[in-house]
Amino acid sequence: MLKRTVPLFITGIAGAILIVAYFSPATTNWGEVVTDWMNTLAAVAFILGGGNLLFVNLEKISSKRPGWAYALVTLLAFVLTLAFGVLKIGAVPNAQFPATPWAGDYESVRAPFGWVYEYVLSPLTATMFAMLAFYVASAAFRAFRAKNIEAILLLGTAFVILLGRTAAAAILTGWIPVDGPFAFLRLDTLAVNIMQYVSTAGTRAIMMGIALGIAATSLRLILGIDRSYLVSD
Amino acid sequence: MRKMLEQPNLITRSMIAAGLLSLFAVHGDCFGQATATAPAAVSAFIATDKPGDDGRAILLHWEQSEATAQVLLSRSLGDDERSALVRDQRIAAATKAIAAGATQADAVKAADEAERVFANDTELQWTFIGIAASAEGAEGFEVSDLPRAEKGFRFRAQSTRDGVRGVAAETTEPVEAVSAAFFAARFPLMIALSLLIAVIGRCVWTAVHGKIPELRKIAALDAFDEAVGRATEMGRSVLFVPGIQDMTDIQTVAGLTVLSRVARTTAEYDATLEVPTTRSLVMTAARETVQAAHFAVHRPESYRADLINYITDEQFGYVAYVAGKMVREKPATCFYMGAFYAESLLFAETGNSIGAIQIGGTAEPSQLPFFVAACDYTLIGEEFFAASAYLSGEPAQLGSIRGQDIGKLIAAGIIIVGTALATIGAFAPEGSAAAAASWLVDVLG
Repeated sequence: MLKRTVPLFITGIAGAILIVAYFSPATTNWGEVVTDWMNTLAAVAFILGGGNLLFVNLEKISSKRPGWAYALVTLLAFVLTLAFGVLKIGAVPNAQFPATPWAGDYESVRAPFGWVYEYVLSPLTATMFAMLAFYVASAAFRAFRAKNIEAILLLGTAFVILLGRTAAAAILTGWIPVDGPFAFLRLDTLAVNIMQYVSTAGTRAIMMGIALGIAATSLRLILGIDRSYLVSD
Repeated sequence: MRKMLEQPNLITRSMIAAGLLSLFAVHGDCFGQATATAPAAVSAFIATDKPGDDGRAILLHWEQSEATAQVLLSRSLGDDERSALVRDQRIAAATKAIAAGATQADAVKAADEAERVFANDTELQWTFIGIAASAEGAEGFEVSDLPRAEKGFRFRAQSTRDGVRGVAAETTEPVEAVSAAFFAARFPLMIALSLLIAVIGRCVWTAVHGKIPELRKIAALDAFDEAVGRATEMGRSVLFVPGIQDMTDIQTVAGLTVLSRVARTTAEYDATLEVPTTRSLVMTAARETVQAAHFAVHRPESYRADLINYITDEQFGYVAYVAGKMVREKPATCFYMGAFYAESLLFAETGNSIGAIQIGGTAEPSQLPFFVAACDYTLIGEEFFAASAYLSGEPAQLGSIRGQDIGKLIAAGIIIVGTALATIGAFAPEGSAAAAASWLVDVLG
């Protein structure tokens, strides 16, 4: 009873309040209260998450499971960064209150916390992001293999867009008069038209389906029709 | 006299110079130097409550006869603003008095005096809200995000040009910003949503009472069992990535409903299901969901909470962990169901490189091409939201999908009508078709 009915009741009430709050100014505050509760829950869950991270990695190290060295690095990074931030270790003294121990700027690159963020975390995340370029190339190579009609159309469209967005467009089709009857055949114009009409139309159709899907999913959850996420009694 | 004119003495020179200077001062603009004069005051200055809002906006209107002037707008203070200013004045006065060696009683007196001075100074009761660039004729300005004011607000408009201000015009009575029952701008959406709820409700009702709709086959969903079965046969794990957003994102919620079905199948097949999460709340919800699935197939003993972990909130930190795990442990099947951004292709390509069966699903249109290119199956937009209902096979849930489709049909009908009206309107801009198209745009706007 408690494991199903109470969560269903909370989901229904919270969902209904958020919908009404969006349309009625008188209930906007109720919506804010629900959001505050959500944020409070998320804050508590963060402690759970941190605890889980510690537990999983400590367990991996103690049992010397494969890859335990990675767990050690993760754990050290977690504990050290947490200590730098929470204890404000090495924080740059505040010019206004130099004698006050907790008034220092810990986000400055001269402080360990800011230094870790700027010179360790940022380069690492940038490296991961940079790998995307290679993955795009390999995915495009696979997707554009002309093995059937759809793939040929995809390849042709991609080819036009690619050429239309580069200097090749001017070199190959720059001689076609801009104001002539065949101006639409210029690669730059073709690329713009494909993006503006064909691609936009497709994206909007998908967006419309998504909007309706979101509404239907929300209703299923609010009305308790979809209970798959709940533990049975 | 003649000699005096030919050789003017000092007095005469001074008199001529003084005359020229006075002429220059009066008609200085003839030498290209502008003389600032006060612009004409604004007239017919009125403030009215903005209808159909949350009671935080007021509309100002006035008339301006000079196009070159600007209008400085001010309003009276809100209740909290006035309290804060009074408090600041009191603190400043008391601090100054104490610094000068006053006793506590004298400091309180100084604070009281500062408050009295503040209350009597009419100029301190106003706060600047904006400058309206002027044009000759009627003018308007919307004052938004107003604070609370029990007695309403007074407004002041003062024309200005080249730093010289005209006479200020003030509203005669305080105006209160009143909250409407509904946001007027969102009213059409409310009607549309009510209609959709009614349609879905009706379809659910008919489905529950025996008229179960037939759904077209969705290859990605039909491949779920096959994908999990493959992992079981190969003795490898199933990886489920529920996106990188929190539970506040409906895509994450939809992803977890799909997780429920995947977890049920893995529990039945006794396969290992791993769910690394990027938000601690998602981890908690995912654990509940997977546990519920294990209970549902009467395999509670096979549920392992330690396989559902929180990794990090950092987007690319999470990518590094998941991609590393994929390369090291080589899961046989990877599910990507939720909100994804730049990491979508990083996951899908890594999964592809290790030969895993991959099923992706997201409602981020910009990421769909990456999943289509790199995954074996992709749930596109609405299919992703229909997945849980489709897999459940429950009449009520299947009915909701039918309702969703009818909603799509209505939307398509409106688009066709709107397109036809706009096309006809393009040929006859003054006709009723153009007016109808314009009305439709305003309503849906």
